[in-house]
Amino acid sequence: MSASTLASGFHVEPLTVPFPAGSHAGSAIARLHSATKRYGQITALDRLTLNLYPGEVVALLGPNGAGKTTAVRLLLGLIAPTSGSVRVMGRDPRDASARTSIGAMLQVTRVPETLRVREHIDLFRSYYPNPLPAAVIVRIARLEDLENRFFGKLSGGQKQRVLFALALAGNPDLIFLDEPTVGMDIESRRGLWDQVRSLSAQGKTVLLTTHYLEEADMLASRVVVINKGKVMAEGTPAQIKHQVGGRRIRCITQLEESFLLTLPSVVSVKRDREAVIVTTSEAERVVREMLRNDITLYGLEISAPGLEDAFLALTGSDAPDSENTTH
Amino acid sequence: MATAVIAARPQSLGFRYYIHVLRQEIRYEFLKMLRMRVFSLSVVGFPVMFYLLFGVANRHTEFARYLLASYSCFGMVGASLFGLGAGIAGERVQGWLELKQASPMPRLAYLVAKTVSCAGFAMLIVALLITIGLTLGGVTMSVAEGAKLIGITLAGAIPFASMGLLLALLMPANAAPGVINLIYLPMSFCSGLWMPLSMLPHWMQKIAPALPTYHYAQLALNIFGYARSGTGMLAHWEALLGFTCLMLGAAWLIFTRSEAKA
Repeated sequence: MSASTLASGFHVEPLTVPFPAGSHAGSAIARLHSATKRYGQITALDRLTLNLYPGEVVALLGPNGAGKTTAVRLLLGLIAPTSGSVRVMGRDPRDASARTSIGAMLQVTRVPETLRVREHIDLFRSYYPNPLPAAVIVRIARLEDLENRFFGKLSGGQKQRVLFALALAGNPDLIFLDEPTVGMDIESRRGLWDQVRSLSAQGKTVLLTTHYLEEADMLASRVVVINKGKVMAEGTPAQIKHQVGGRRIRCITQLEESFLLTLPSVVSVKRDREAVIVTTSEAERVVREMLRNDITLYGLEISAPGLEDAFLALTGSDAPDSENTTH
Repeated sequence: MATAVIAARPQSLGFRYYIHVLRQEIRYEFLKMLRMRVFSLSVVGFPVMFYLLFGVANRHTEFARYLLASYSCFGMVGASLFGLGAGIAGERVQGWLELKQASPMPRLAYLVAKTVSCAGFAMLIVALLITIGLTLGGVTMSVAEGAKLIGITLAGAIPFASMGLLLALLMPANAAPGVINLIYLPMSFCSGLWMPLSMLPHWMQKIAPALPTYHYAQLALNIFGYARSGTGMLAHWEALLGFTCLMLGAAWLIFTRSEAKA
């Protein structure tokens, strides 16, 4: 499916159902099965099960310390689970040959700065048995004209693009992107989104962690919300948003909160500075009532709840983290 | 949940793959270090500067010949401890090593490339020292002696790269250069790399045989006949071999422990 249908919100048919065992039997490209990871007393992952299917873009969302990075590190074979199993292409990712069809973009604080962009790409290509041609990698990551630049001379967004290029070097079937657009300007970010969509269209699987919920909304065919090492919710962005339910009416009115609460289907009424925010499942009906009772009502806006609202409702936290705490 | 999983496409990583990775890794590791001026200038600069100061000042003496051998060792030890020790410690903490580990890069290629690159720097140092010795220092030596000096200096790559690896696993990255200097400089001094052991205090002469750099230096000094009498060269080789095993064993133990915890 194209991302534009996702973005426009016309997406009704769920691409992946929350419990995919039946519908996807025999096709997971990678899976965590009942994976638990403990660090001393701390349980980073608690019997987490996560399956990734070909061509999917899955966004892993969660607040700080939810276990997102732990899940990614397990799937990359960087750590081993305390219990449960990790399989990538049917193998243990700690086995180097399983990693020949994986690419990863991790948060790296410093990349050797005295190598040129071209040289970094050349080196990473050599790690894989069937790499993409260097020219293709450069084009996809939009690094034309920067190939001969030393890594240390690049801007933050350009550095991220090089890391993206390294993730693609081996022509992987499964790509992990850990906070890929941090430090990118809007144009680079949208460029990367386009590339992720085209990777997905080629049948490649992408697992993405991000703290830009808009990014998950725009890109992901499936969102997995985790908190305290457990899956809280799983589904398409539309399904996740639907879990919060209703729409929001924002306007400036003289009507009392107590009156608004008596209107049919109103779930909650909140004050936001001079405006009032009414959450309801039947927005048109409530608006009609409000306009009839207050002819001075103005500044009317009606909106569907965003992924952010859903996220907050599901995790009960303030916001997803911007940094990944590794243990 | 009996979900089957897509099996990997068959991948056989043959001999040619490993050779290719190793060649690329060595090439870029050396290039990276060479362009890192903090590293290349200090690692090459210090032994060369010391030799210019102390070797050339004593030109046409035995001292100039002695220091040619000992500063070659000093250069190799420095390149290994900084190249592997500080290098790996830094790349670990910056997440760069982790990104490489997430790729199919063979781990051994990473270590071998760093060791070979450090040996490359040592070659550069020995070549510069020999040139200075022959021209400014008034040193005379045969081609065979020169070849032996290069060979023995390079042999030091293995034990001191092992030591660098162990230090990389033990040190916090931001303290690495300081910790290395605190070990490297006194160890070199006490082993007679800066001046002949016979000129050092008696107690230092006593503890010298406990240091790996002492045995290393004795092998190099023996080329010019300056080794201390009383110990055969085989004993020094054995000492270096034992030291290497100790370093690698400890590094392996620490690494597997941290893997199990990770």
